[in-house]
Amino acid sequence: MVAEFGHIALILALALALVQGILPLIGAARGIPAWMALAPTAAMGQAVLVAFAFGCLTYAYVTSDFSVLNVAENSHTLKPMLYKVSGVWGNHEGSLLLWILILVIFGAAVAVFGRNLPATLKARVLSIQGLIGVGFLAFILFTSNPFARILPPPLEGRGLNPLLQDPGLAFHPPFLYLGYVGFSVAFSFAVAALIEGRVDPAWARWVRPWTLAAWCFLTVGIALGSWWAYYELGWGGWWFWDPVENASFMPWLAGTALLHSAVVVEKRETLKSWTILLAILTFSLSLLGTFLVRSGVINSVHAFATDPTRGVFILIFLGVVVGGSLTLYALRAPVLQAVGVFAPVSREGALVLNNLLLAVATAAVLLGTLYPMAVDALLGAKVSVGPQYFNTVFIPLMTPLLAAMAIGPLLAWKRGDVGAALRRLWPAALATVIALALGLWLLHGRDALALLGLALGAWLGIGTLCEWALRIKLFAAPLSETLNRARHLPRAAWGMTVAHLGMALMVLGITVSSVWQVEVQQVMKPGDIARVGPVEYRFLGVQPVRGPNYTAQQGRFEVIEGGEVARVMTPAQRRYQQPPMETTEAAIRPSPVADLYAVVGEGDAARGWAVRLYWKPLVSWIWLGALIMCFGGLLSLSDRRHRVGAPARKRIAASAAAAE
Amino acid sequence: MRLAYLVPLVLFVLIGIGLAVGLTLNPREIPSALIGKPVPEFSLPPVEGRKEGLSTADLKAGTPSLVNVFASWCVPCRIEHPLLMGLAREQIAPIHGLNYKDNPADVSKWLDQLGDPFQRTGADRDGRVGIEWGVYGVPETFVVDGQGQIRCKHVGPLTEWDVENKIKPLLRDLTAGKESAVKC
Amino acid sequence: MLKRFAFLIALLAAPLAQAQPLDEHLSDPAQEARAREISRELRCLVCQNQSIEDSNAPLARDLRRIVRERVAAGEDDQAVLDYVVARYGEWVLLKPRFNLQNLLLWLGPALFLVIGGIVVYAVLRRQRAAQAAAAAAPLSAEEQRRLQALLNETEGQ
Repeated sequence: MVAEFGHIALILALALALVQGILPLIGAARGIPAWMALAPTAAMGQAVLVAFAFGCLTYAYVTSDFSVLNVAENSHTLKPMLYKVSGVWGNHEGSLLLWILILVIFGAAVAVFGRNLPATLKARVLSIQGLIGVGFLAFILFTSNPFARILPPPLEGRGLNPLLQDPGLAFHPPFLYLGYVGFSVAFSFAVAALIEGRVDPAWARWVRPWTLAAWCFLTVGIALGSWWAYYELGWGGWWFWDPVENASFMPWLAGTALLHSAVVVEKRETLKSWTILLAILTFSLSLLGTFLVRSGVINSVHAFATDPTRGVFILIFLGVVVGGSLTLYALRAPVLQAVGVFAPVSREGALVLNNLLLAVATAAVLLGTLYPMAVDALLGAKVSVGPQYFNTVFIPLMTPLLAAMAIGPLLAWKRGDVGAALRRLWPAALATVIALALGLWLLHGRDALALLGLALGAWLGIGTLCEWALRIKLFAAPLSETLNRARHLPRAAWGMTVAHLGMALMVLGITVSSVWQVEVQQVMKPGDIARVGPVEYRFLGVQPVRGPNYTAQQGRFEVIEGGEVARVMTPAQRRYQQPPMETTEAAIRPSPVADLYAVVGEGDAARGWAVRLYWKPLVSWIWLGALIMCFGGLLSLSDRRHRVGAPARKRIAASAAAAE
Repeated sequence: MRLAYLVPLVLFVLIGIGLAVGLTLNPREIPSALIGKPVPEFSLPPVEGRKEGLSTADLKAGTPSLVNVFASWCVPCRIEHPLLMGLAREQIAPIHGLNYKDNPADVSKWLDQLGDPFQRTGADRDGRVGIEWGVYGVPETFVVDGQGQIRCKHVGPLTEWDVENKIKPLLRDLTAGKESAVKC
Repeated sequence: MLKRFAFLIALLAAPLAQAQPLDEHLSDPAQEARAREISRELRCLVCQNQSIEDSNAPLARDLRRIVRERVAAGEDDQAVLDYVVARYGEWVLLKPRFNLQNLLLWLGPALFLVIGGIVVYAVLRRQRAAQAAAAAAPLSAEEQRRLQALLNETEGQ
């Protein structure tokens, strides 16, 4: 019965979403307050209904109710409880339900936190959210019902793909969806603004927290996915430029551009139509990602089981949402007039450069991801676009971006002085020179890219600290004044400093781990010792072990550091029974200095075992950097002006002079 | 200047059309690089218990032939096997087997039990010849013309439809010595 | 279509059941490094989106062995890649060739950057022209007020 309740709840939610998507929109156009007032109530009702449906599906998983087809196909009684729960979104139908749940939660959050929004704007934003909800609820109900029954119920389920039975991946999709779907709020605000024909600093302030929140979630989601690939796929890599990874990376790039351009709208009332376009594109790319992952048009390690009808449905939905919003954009965007004027060299100019490079990077990833399909469709030929292409294209785009990231914050609004900014960045220049010298000495000048990465990391890291030091007059004023300034520095400024520092750490992590990594692949027999960078691994042999739903061949290595056994590492090859599959479990000792990473492959006592051993310096900085970036975003989110809520439009105009 | 605001919409429409076409394509299908090319140079001993091995010269004997890549460990091979037996009975063209990475005893037993549709069999124990043929999944079936040129490649188990609409018409045309209109 | 996918997956997993030969590395470290680099550029045919260097599939292993043999025989990188392409097509190249078919792919990003740059330049110019036109006209009371606001803002920085 529980499954039927869940199904009914979804149907009711669809009905409510229709109400929310249509009536408030008409109400706002015709000035009918009662119709506009429906929006928040409907949004909250929808959230309750979908949450209930999600609870029903989770209940079916937890109790292993195999009469529900979805549970029978994706769960198993022997699975640990964590994976019974995460199994809910480890498949197409369940993950779609999670998508919708997050969508309606965001809608409800806008209803709750948007108290100070003008009534018409709020009604329109929630209406657009409602319309997106209609699309997704129809999608799940008509093509992917998670509550379908199977008769007679099987005695045992088919189990979850073992690769997905992992804590990193249990939480990766929710964060990713929080990011994707979070951008729907920015999208709804953009469409509402187009309908109203009005974008001003107040609008930018209202959108900003939602964009920031979505961006933070997406950052963590991508980092978790990459971390999972690092330790679960067992090849030591952490980013493969796989189409599914690209699908999540494109909204991140566009969302990052949006965060920055929205600042310009807020502070300077310009770049309005561009910001609106970015808001539309960011969410469109999220939808495109959903299409790519679920329709089977691309090859990927991560893709869901696919079904052409789903692809057709999402494509039509994509056409309606993106086509509709871009048509509205073409009609209404010319109305938006820029107010602030700025010189090319200025804070605005730097942010435009940021946007230009991020937009080109997004377009490049899109091109590389869709190119094989385009060539196939137009010429009938098959090509592959792999990491080599993306790296080649990305490095030239990221280099100026990272270089400008340190300078931009030091430029004044309207008209800046690059010379003065560079002079104030002398410590960063010094750090860059030191990093280059260090790199040349360590590498004997062999690897130009490594030198570039080191230089950029040092420049950005120290440059960001310089800007922060200048803001609080570190060493330039008495300590008391510095502390006072630091206390009064807006959280948004702290957020930027922290996020940019995170980026610098990530750049250093990527560079150092890829250049100085030591990899040893060889066949080892028990007692053999392999030297890997500064450590030695002594192979002790392989023994069978048994887990709750798998058996494994577990290798044992003693890691010898400085002549002493520092620890024992136990990589394994797991063999799952249900579904039958083998996975590689790398053994990893993470540390801020260098990760040790061991994988045991095939072999037997007679021939020895094929092993791969790594020493990966600073590799953990990649994810650490991502977390710090996210923390920066959260700091910015906690800024007073978001907490207090944006003041009404008139007051803003009146106090524009007093601000800053 | 207002037209500039239409650019995103136009680009999106183009991408949307591309995606719609993309939905009709199969990204996992890899066309053979060898179609229209002569068969690779190779020479393989026969499968255990059979007399005739398979080599390049056998495929240039003037008559078109079918080369089927199979293995006893391959489940789909078992599924398409009756179709090959049927084709062999019809004697449209000789069928040769390329036994891919198999255990000699297993394949011998397999052919004894299920029937042997092949005139010649080549035992490719280490899979090297398979790579020369561009094999990436078993079963695969090649149509070779009398001059030893590869005319068609089918990946995966043959179905009745494939045999009736692709393999047979192509073989008949090749035997008759006329240009075939069969799309492969 | 879906059924066929299922078949393919089933059969390609099958050889895993047999004992596979272990990778034998080349004794010359420079050659071994080159072989690895080449293997990283070749896409594994049976495992969707990995290079043969990163795949456990038997076919990937066989191809790695061929790459090593050819490197050891003294072939240059291009010749080794050509050998595999001749048998499996350009699909196997993870780094697509720079040719007419892939022209847009390789030049696309640069093209986007140029177009983007032109658009930015045009917008900035137009903005400046509008500013000049506005400066020529006398200020209205509202504009006077706004100017004052902007001036204050600059001072505040």
